[in-house]
Amino acid sequence: MNPSTPSELVRIKGMTKIYHTGGEVAALQGVDLSVNSGEFVAIIGQSGSGKSTLLNMLGCLDRPTGGEYWLAGKHVNELNADQLADLRNEVLGFVFQSFHLLPRLTALENVMLPLSYDRTHRIADPVGAAKKALTRMGLGERIDHKPSQLSGGQQQRVAIARALVSSPRLLLADEPTGNLDSSMAAEILNVFADLNREGVTILMITHDPGIAKRALRTVEIRDGRIVDDSATHSIGDVP
Amino acid sequence: MSIFRLVSTALQSIRLNWLRALLTLLGIVIGVGSVIVMTALGRGAQQEVEKSVAAMGDNLVIVTAGNRQYGGVSMGAGTSNPITAEEVKFLRENLRNMQAISPVVRASGQLVGGIGNWFTQSQGVGEQFATIRSWPLEYGEFFGEREVASRAPVAVLGATVAQQLYPDRDPVGEKIRIGKVPCTIVGVLGSKGSSPFGGDQDDVVYVPWTTAQARMTGSRDVMQILVSAPDEKSMAPLQEEITQLMRRLRRLSPEASDDFMIRNQTEIMNMRTEMTRTFTTLLASVAAISLLVGGIGIMNMMLVAVTERTREIGLRIALGARPRDIRAQFLTESVVICTIGGLLGTAIGLGVSQGIAKIMGFPTAVDTKMLMLAVGFAAFVGVFFGLYPALRASKLDPIEALRYG
Repeated sequence: MNPSTPSELVRIKGMTKIYHTGGEVAALQGVDLSVNSGEFVAIIGQSGSGKSTLLNMLGCLDRPTGGEYWLAGKHVNELNADQLADLRNEVLGFVFQSFHLLPRLTALENVMLPLSYDRTHRIADPVGAAKKALTRMGLGERIDHKPSQLSGGQQQRVAIARALVSSPRLLLADEPTGNLDSSMAAEILNVFADLNREGVTILMITHDPGIAKRALRTVEIRDGRIVDDSATHSIGDVP
Repeated sequence: MSIFRLVSTALQSIRLNWLRALLTLLGIVIGVGSVIVMTALGRGAQQEVEKSVAAMGDNLVIVTAGNRQYGGVSMGAGTSNPITAEEVKFLRENLRNMQAISPVVRASGQLVGGIGNWFTQSQGVGEQFATIRSWPLEYGEFFGEREVASRAPVAVLGATVAQQLYPDRDPVGEKIRIGKVPCTIVGVLGSKGSSPFGGDQDDVVYVPWTTAQARMTGSRDVMQILVSAPDEKSMAPLQEEITQLMRRLRRLSPEASDDFMIRNQTEIMNMRTEMTRTFTTLLASVAAISLLVGGIGIMNMMLVAVTERTREIGLRIALGARPRDIRAQFLTESVVICTIGGLLGTAIGLGVSQGIAKIMGFPTAVDTKMLMLAVGFAAFVGVFFGLYPALRASKLDPIEALRYG
């Protein structure tokens, strides 16, 4: 992927989301956002700012009240539930704050989970792909370990391997370091920086400006509106 | 996902909570077990009935003395005016729908002959008796019309009697004493085995009924008359004809009730199957209730499982599972649990059937088609009661589900 000729991966136009829980709560009030392939974007905001709602929209887990959303050339607004599921499986990779590994499965089985929903069989060798993803995360020796036998950082790396196993176009990370201590958090952020250097597009949500600094671009959201969108610093500028 | 993947995923989740699954599927086990035992008993009884029909002879009607009433109090079968030799003669001459007829006179006496003596039932019957019972002869032949008319002292031995007194040889022509009456053996019947009621049908000796009356019982009475119809269709007209003739003979006024009884084999069989039917009805209700309660238990367990695994469901949706994938996963799990229950129930049902056959002496017969049907039905219970929890799982909001707990 060549950063000099960026292609648009995410395009959001005037997105709104209104929740009708009791009263009307406008979580998103006209958001415009464009993300190109190869970018590492941090979306930063306080709790209640609408950043989680935006992530749910980006992850095709919820439908907006208004506005348009294109992901990888597909007009998401027009897709049905099954097509959204296919899009999540093929285009997106999720990394969660609380890892969301299944405790009864081994690291390898956890990483293979998305491939059981690979209906088009894009990945010919699921076991091989999962092993490769774990090795890439430095866990080649621990593929048979259960999550309970791994440290928090290792668990999150298993989760990242799971997100990467289907070669997604966009990695969505929701407070990926929120449940980790500072050294493990740094480890995970280094993993993200490395992956981005290898060409993976990353969109990370955080409330911590210190963590957001590791991204190449920071988008600040407040009261459901984007208030700041600026490049921070260049690749490799590790504090 | 492939069936194989679905089933192995289901087994994995079941193993995690195997004790809960085992306790929950007990209802299915009991239900399916009851179905197996029930059908084994039912089929056993059915086969027994079929055997009895064959053993008693085809299209048989039995006439016995009826119930006598003293001032409205019924005294029970056989208490009214006994059937007499004259009535036998009259029926024989006048019945049109009849194929064969034979009175039965019961006598008894010690048998002496051959290598020793033996006590058994002696029966006086007509020359058509062997035909009515479709009973082939091993040696010699059955006595004929002439012997009956002349009250001849002749006897036909059952296989058991022949084996006791004349082991392994043809005793035709030899003498046997029945009580005080010396008789000539003219035939030996083939073996019929035990009767549907458990007695040995071969432990008997037959003499002409006239001989029995004149020399053994000293009475003109007949215990019963066996009449066979040429085919099943003429059973009803035959019974009707006998009733008319008997009423005329006994000069019964139109309002008086019959003082004799006419039964056919179907009615006798019904009496026999009545007990089995009561038992199977009981088992059928146990089976139905167990399967219902078991199914509700499965539904409850699956609802708990869906709640427990809300986060997993949310994750799977995020990873690209379609609603139908989630549905299939939970439906498979409940079907697998119920099928395990069905298989366990089948094994236990087979064991209990064998036990009943051995200990209670009930005939049982197991049908492989029935086994498959029972397991299939258990799986159906899994689909039926697993559907709602599976639907609920597939309708979870992934955002809520991921945040759950």
